[in-house]
Amino acid sequence: MLLRFFLMGLDRKAGIVLAILAILAVAVPVMTLWVPADSPFHLSVFTVSLLGKYLCFALLALALDLVWGYCGILSLGHAAFFAIGGYAMGMYLMRQIGPRGVYGNPVLPDFMVFLNWKELPWYWLGFDHFWFAAIMVLVVPGALAFAFGWFAFRSRVTGVYLSIITQALTFALLLAFFRNDMGFGGNNGLTDFKDILGYDIQADTTRVALFVATVAALALSYMIASGVIASKLGKVLVALRDAESRVRFMGYDTESYKLFAWTLSACMAGVAGALYVPQVGIINPSEFAPASSIEAVIWVAVGGRGTLAGAILGAVLVNMGKSYFTGALPELWLFALGGLFVAVTLFLPKGLLGLGAQLKAKLPGRKTASLPNTQTANQATGQTAGQKGA
Amino acid sequence: MSAESTLLYLDGVSVSFDGFKALNSLSLVMMPGEMRAIIGPNGAGKTTMMDVITGKTRPDTGTILFEGDIDLTRLREAAIANLGIGRKFQRPTVFEPHTVWDNLELALKAPRRPLKTLTYAISRDDRARIEEILDITRLSALRGRQAGSLSHGQKQWLEIGMLLAQDPKLLLVDEPVAGMTDAETEQTAELLCSIAGRHSVIVVEHDMSFVRALGVKVTVLAEGSVLAEGSLDAVSANSQVIDTYLGR
Repeated sequence: MLLRFFLMGLDRKAGIVLAILAILAVAVPVMTLWVPADSPFHLSVFTVSLLGKYLCFALLALALDLVWGYCGILSLGHAAFFAIGGYAMGMYLMRQIGPRGVYGNPVLPDFMVFLNWKELPWYWLGFDHFWFAAIMVLVVPGALAFAFGWFAFRSRVTGVYLSIITQALTFALLLAFFRNDMGFGGNNGLTDFKDILGYDIQADTTRVALFVATVAALALSYMIASGVIASKLGKVLVALRDAESRVRFMGYDTESYKLFAWTLSACMAGVAGALYVPQVGIINPSEFAPASSIEAVIWVAVGGRGTLAGAILGAVLVNMGKSYFTGALPELWLFALGGLFVAVTLFLPKGLLGLGAQLKAKLPGRKTASLPNTQTANQATGQTAGQKGA
Repeated sequence: MSAESTLLYLDGVSVSFDGFKALNSLSLVMMPGEMRAIIGPNGAGKTTMMDVITGKTRPDTGTILFEGDIDLTRLREAAIANLGIGRKFQRPTVFEPHTVWDNLELALKAPRRPLKTLTYAISRDDRARIEEILDITRLSALRGRQAGSLSHGQKQWLEIGMLLAQDPKLLLVDEPVAGMTDAETEQTAELLCSIAGRHSVIVVEHDMSFVRALGVKVTVLAEGSVLAEGSLDAVSANSQVIDTYLGR
């Protein structure tokens, strides 16, 4: 059954995406670890971590596209789930430091010693174990999303109102995590990590392994997402995105459908955050900033909403642009990002992946088989085809 | 009249919006297999009546029973739909990005829980049923077309097909021939008549020639309650109906 589920989502586009990811998973380790440093094909470990970071963002974008592109839920707070997943991983990494902290306390992380705490808070228990942290990476964002979605969807909060409360959610978490007495390191967050699963987190091989793990997580999430979209459940999601009350009158409990997609998406975002933290070496409350969530929306819009592959493409391209701009022209980056969003909304409503179809539609003498965009054209061709069909 | 043996039983149903009485102590009884046409001037409460039956609007007072003993005023829309009450809206709402076939597959009577739909694989029976409905609604040739690219009339037909796929006991149809050509109107009347018997149908319509073509019992609504009931000829002769609705 599981196999059938994955096969269902495998179309040509999915094949291309998975092939590219497979190539990355093989080529990047080879180019980093085995190609000699003076060869033009050598990749530095810095580049690998940068690519890994992009792919974590791609996974966040994929999660966002699942709810925005297919259920019409524009989340302006998805970075919250990303950050929570990141904190869960960060807590594990903090516990791995052990007595090697600045204060040398064998039980407490440095920031707790600094705050004069005497014992570990209960919610830090269990994070000594990787398996526990790995479960929490899924469970905590998932549970928060479930509770939030339960109330929001049952109360039939939709559209811009829902977007605003997702933004409020991430902002509330931002303020909460800034507080020192929350026990998550306040505004400094969690950092100075040493080991992951017993391996030195700075070692080249560890960095490459983290990159490969990120590629694998992205590939698996992509397959899950496309399997969901191709299933009848995915068709219900698209239907309720466009005509929710109609779906309800057909007997589908639309709230539980949205809740399913929303929770799944939050879990994926949590995994993205958990992979992000060991690669950048820090997690702090700024990840909860509303701007990070909005940036994720822009990635999806640039790549093409409701395409899954577009979300990945958009996240990687925009972040490459960001890396370039913040290095070369740091003061211009936010203007470039804002301009990009306006331009995409105006000229590329279907994003980069929709560009091909958009150009085809503009060319004169196109075949009638291609789908016209406007309502009137729809009706005209519909009628002629209808007469042929009758 | 007792509610037993009726399919739908409305008694003394009232709804008001900001003091405006959309339904004013409306009472209506439908028997299993019956087809009924509802006519009335704008604001008579026709759409509100459908809203209270399908759970979109809660009545202020009154009883609504389905199959004699199920209280519809306590249920949510999806639960009511799963009891076997289908609804077609005034404006055709098909799922535009999906193909004709997928639209029917979504509507087809099948388990509605998310985990059931996640693992759903179409069975031979389901396939045959969809083929049959495509045939009835004359959409066989268009099965692979995106529903958004259908003509207005075809969308109306697809929506009726989706209702058939749902296999409801009671069908509520709101202005099915609005915007249709004469030929399409005639075909739609035939289609609805062929459905009646297996399903009970309530049709709300303004088009008098269409109501005549249906040839069924007519209920005239005005100001939220029943003004007259009977054959079209009988209600057309009713002086009150002439004054409030037919005019002239």
